[in-house]
Formats: sequence, structure tokens, C-alpha cells
Amino acid sequence: MDLFEHQAKELFARHGVAVPRGRVAWSPEEAAAVAAELGGTVAVKAQVQIGGRGKAGGIKLAGDPAEARAHAERIIGMDIRGHTVRRVLVEEASDIAAEYYVAILHDRASKGFLAMASAEGGVDIEEVAATRPEAIVKVPVNPLVGLRSYHVNQLVYGAGFDERARKGAAELLARLYDVLVAADCMLVEVNPLVLTGGGQVVALDGKVSLDDSALVRHPDLEALRDTSAVDPQEQAAKEKGLNYIKLDGYVGIIGNGAGLVMSTLDVVAQAGGKAANFLDVGGGASAETMADGLAVILSDSKVRGVLVNIFGGITRGDLVAQGILDALDRLGDKVQVPLVVRLDGTNAEEGRALLAGSPSDKVIPAATMLDAARKAVELANAKAGA
Amino acid sequence: MAILVDERTRLVVQGLTGREGRFHALRNRDYGTKVVAGVTPGKAGQDVEGIPVFNTVAGAVAETGANTSLIFVPARFAVDALYEAVDAGIGVVVLITENIPVLDMTRAYNYVKAKGAALVGPNCPGVISPGKASVGIIPGEITHAGPVGLVSRSGTLTYQVMYEMATAGVGQTTCVGIGGDPVVGSSFIDVLERFQDDPETEAVVMIGEIGGDDEERAARFIAEEMSKPVVAYIAGFEAPPGKRMGHAGAIISGSSGTAQAKAEALEAAGVRVGRNPTEAAELAVAAVKER
Repeated sequence: MDLFEHQAKELFARHGVAVPRGRVAWSPEEAAAVAAELGGTVAVKAQVQIGGRGKAGGIKLAGDPAEARAHAERIIGMDIRGHTVRRVLVEEASDIAAEYYVAILHDRASKGFLAMASAEGGVDIEEVAATRPEAIVKVPVNPLVGLRSYHVNQLVYGAGFDERARKGAAELLARLYDVLVAADCMLVEVNPLVLTGGGQVVALDGKVSLDDSALVRHPDLEALRDTSAVDPQEQAAKEKGLNYIKLDGYVGIIGNGAGLVMSTLDVVAQAGGKAANFLDVGGGASAETMADGLAVILSDSKVRGVLVNIFGGITRGDLVAQGILDALDRLGDKVQVPLVVRLDGTNAEEGRALLAGSPSDKVIPAATMLDAARKAVELANAKAGA
Repeated sequence: MAILVDERTRLVVQGLTGREGRFHALRNRDYGTKVVAGVTPGKAGQDVEGIPVFNTVAGAVAETGANTSLIFVPARFAVDALYEAVDAGIGVVVLITENIPVLDMTRAYNYVKAKGAALVGPNCPGVISPGKASVGIIPGEITHAGPVGLVSRSGTLTYQVMYEMATAGVGQTTCVGIGGDPVVGSSFIDVLERFQDDPETEAVVMIGEIGGDDEERAARFIAEEMSKPVVAYIAGFEAPPGKRMGHAGAIISGSSGTAQAKAEALEAAGVRVGRNPTEAAELAVAAVKER
């Protein structure tokens, strides 16, 4: 889960990371009020979880509250690369003498942390990494040791930070590390980190990605989740405890195990189709889980056929078959598309026998995974032609 | 021979008295694994169908000579269980639990490594050496002994490939499910290294998926260090960027971690990559027959 800039900065501030004074505003009126409260020149910044908002016109300076209101009016509701702006951050404008980049993240490859710094802040860091990798200093940090002053020295001296910025940057890096550990972040990034004309070092932007597996111990952060952009089918699936991701195709997919489902999406594409979703019913799926899963898939009007691909290990084929039959009962006439079912593994024969006894003409058995993909795509395409 | 688990394995199950722990421990014993002990604090003196329960792993090791641990403890306590096993001198730990926070796992990984223990998982189906021992939740019924080593980030997808290999009449020395989390105890390279050194393993199948660069690193290792043939399968060509596809580690970040990049890196290292599980199994069979 990613935080918005204003949320990241609130988290930073709680751990002593210096940030400009400011507050989130959900309306032009509120933006004007925050600007009045802060006084002087303010920045009005679109809050979206995507880069490039400056170029898109999502960041504007305002000399007074009326101007802040006018900017907010234009920015709220704006579309930035597919993300609708619903709120702005209004904060005091900074007098920028130099811009830097710092970040600390979990590094999958080294299974530790990686701390990074660059004197080329304020620009797209991925581009710097691609064109001038030597401009980014990377320091691995063993998680059992933690970020120490020698790491910080390697960063601020190595990246060539201005002498006036070193002490402040070192202090800020130490606090940023506290944030990473205390809030279970996968990434904390400041771009730009600025040195002000007055010699202060401040986080002018903030990006935080949280570890989803750790949110159970941070209910305060979980509460910040933005649900406005969540797809209704994904929401319904989540409430049922299902692992569902909506895609843009027309063949509904249901399977057990993340790898097997990913593989099923691929074989459907190879057979000339396009998957409508990813749905993993997990290990030991019960009849009820299967029925819930099918109901979610069939609520997507783009779905013209469904492929059920189950390899029973802990999951029992007879329970899966019973789930399919229950779903057909429960959904009745709403089931207007063919269900191609491939069952193998534990109790698969019992499952197939159950399905064969069903009066429904919607269930079509398939012998192998590839055969199932071909059949599902063929039937879904035929449905489109009908 | 086999790797990680075999007839010398003496297994202690942490969380034996829980529903999952009990179910799978008994299945592992039925398969022929020597399940010598269970650990649940406060339940020492009890037994689960004859398997004695201890309060601590150290106690279980002292009494039964356990050398391998299987952890079925809920996420909140799983990392403690891992530290306990390693501190008690256990050499091989299989951690099934999912949803362990990355920070906890990153710290534990570095500790376990310093102690010299082998960790498989978390969020994994376990390890099985067909005909010798099963430690975890891989269904023994679908495995057959044979000359192929199998290593995978996925569970059911692995069963699918085993099943297709069985249809073609080729079995495995050992199957290792390394797990679907971003930080896992054994990477592809750790397991490939063991298969390269195992005299009975003639060829290796590796099953990867989107996210991270473990497959790309494995490709370099295969090109430089392995003499045995390796075939591969990668899942997730159709996965959209930025979405976690079930496994915590299965996510394309920006342009990195795609299935395409992994398949290309492996092919460049001389690895034959199947387009689907069936083709991967066929390639594995062909690799064995060619030797």
C-alpha cells in the first residue's frame, strides 16, 4: 500500500523528519483557509500516487489565499495520467538552494536494506539511474546492524552534498531510517530533499510504500487506505476473503494457487483469448469459496465464458465440484455463460462424476489445462459472435 | 541421494497441536518421514497420535535428536519459532506460514544465514524427496522418485508440472517449493547449487514467476556454474504491472520483474524455457533422455 504525499509527510513529521508546514485540503475553500493560516507564498500540490504531476500542471505557487483557492479549484478533479485528483496539499513555499535525492528501501536481491543518495534531486530518479548510474550512491545496510553514521557518511560525502547540507541530511537520513523500521515500510523516498537558502534541510516531497503483510500491526496506517478508486468487483471479492484482481479481458478465470492462476492467464492468452480476472481460491478451497468466487466473476458483464482450473493437493476436487454446483443453484438464470472445468489431483474423479451428474448444460469438462484453455476461449469467442 | 530432506531427516513440527500442523504432520509421517517430535509451549507431555509434544525446540532436540523443523505457527509467532529452531541447533527449517512482515523476515534471514542453517520458505509448500521424506504440504501421491530436481516459487503450479512429468514417466530426486514471498530463506541459486552437487540429480526444472530478479540471478549462475541441464517455466506473462498476483513477491514494479525479462535471461543462459507447464514437463523429460 502506498501513501499519499501528505500522509507520508505526516508520518515523517511524527518521527522528526523535517518537512514544510502544511495541511491537506479537500476543497478550494479549505485550500484558501490553509493558505491563510500559513501566510505568505504557498504551494498547492495535487495528491496522486503517480509521478509527473508537476509537468501536468498539478503543482502551483500561490501568493495569497484567493490564488490558492483558484489553483485548488483547477487542480481538484484534474486527471493526471489516469489518476483523478481528489485532494491537494497546501504548504509553505520553500526557498530552494539545492535539490538532492535520498531513499531507503528493502532490497530483495541482497535481503537487506539499501540506502541511496544523489546530488541530482528533483528530477526523475529512474532516468538518472538509467543514464548516469554513477550519480547515485548506493549503500547496503544489514538489518541486524541498522543504519549507522558510517553509512550516512558514505551517502552524503559520496553523493557530493553541499557542505551546508551534510549535517542536516545526515540527521534526516537517520530519522528516515526510524520511519522505515517503525512503520514497516518497503520504501521511504525523498525527492527532492532540499537545502533552503536559510541552510535548513527539508523533505519537500515524500513517498512511502508500506508492507501489506505488516499492516495488521499498524491499524492507524491501514485506516489511510484510499478506497475511492477500488473496483466494485474487487471490493466485493475482498469482503468475501477472495484474492481477485480485475483485468480487461472476457474469459473469467478461477483456480487454486497463485502460480497456477497466473499460468492459466498465460495459456488463455496463448489460446487466443484474454483473461477477465485473476482469482485464486487458495489452498483447501471449500464449496462455499468456489461459489463465492464464481458469483464475483459472473457479476462482471464482460465475462463471456469461465475457465475453472483446479489442481487438488490440499484442495479436494469433490468439494470444488460441489461448489460449482452450489453456485449454479444459487445464481440460477444469471449463469448465461459456459463454465469449462478442469479438475485433477486429490478426489478429482469424484469431482468429475459429480459434475457429470449435473442437469446444467453450462458445465463443460476438459481433460487437461491446455485443452481447457482452448475450449474456454473458443466458447467465449462463439458467445461474442452469437 | 536427495537434497535437504531424506531418510536421515528427524522432524520436529512446531505448531503440531494446531489444526494445520496436526493434519500435515500426520500426512508427512504416513509418507514415511520420521516425525519425532512436536512443539507447543505449555503442552509438554501430551502426544499427537504417538508423536511426543515438548514445550521448547531445545527440549525436543535433546530428547529425540530432531535435526529438521517444520513450522506451522501463525504469522505473529512464526519468526520467533524460526529463531528458536535455529538457536536449538536445527540444521534445516521449513517455514510454511504466510503473511510474515518483510522486516521480520529480513532480519531473521540474516541471522539464520550467519548461523549456517538452511531455511526454506516462508509462504512455501515445503520439500519432498520422493520415497524418502516429505516435510510440508506437497501431496506425496503425485510425486515419483526419479532423476530430476525441481525448484519452484509456486505450490499448485509445481504439482501441475510434477503431474505432467509423472504422465511422461519421469520423477524427481527432490522438489523444493522456495515460496512466494519477497524475502525467502533459499533462493533459486541456493537450491540449484545443491542439485548441481547431488550425484543422483541429472537435470533440473525451475519454475519462476513475476517479481524480483531471482530468476535473472539464477540464469547467470546456471551459465557460469552448472554442468547439468536446466529447463524452466515462468508464469505471469499476462500479469499487469503494479498488482500483487496472489503471492506477496509476485509483483511487477515499473518495468522490472516481468516474465518476459526472466524468460529471456534464462534462454540467454542456455536454459530451455517451456511456454506452458506441459511444455516444461516435456522439456524435462527430453533433458533426462538426452543424457
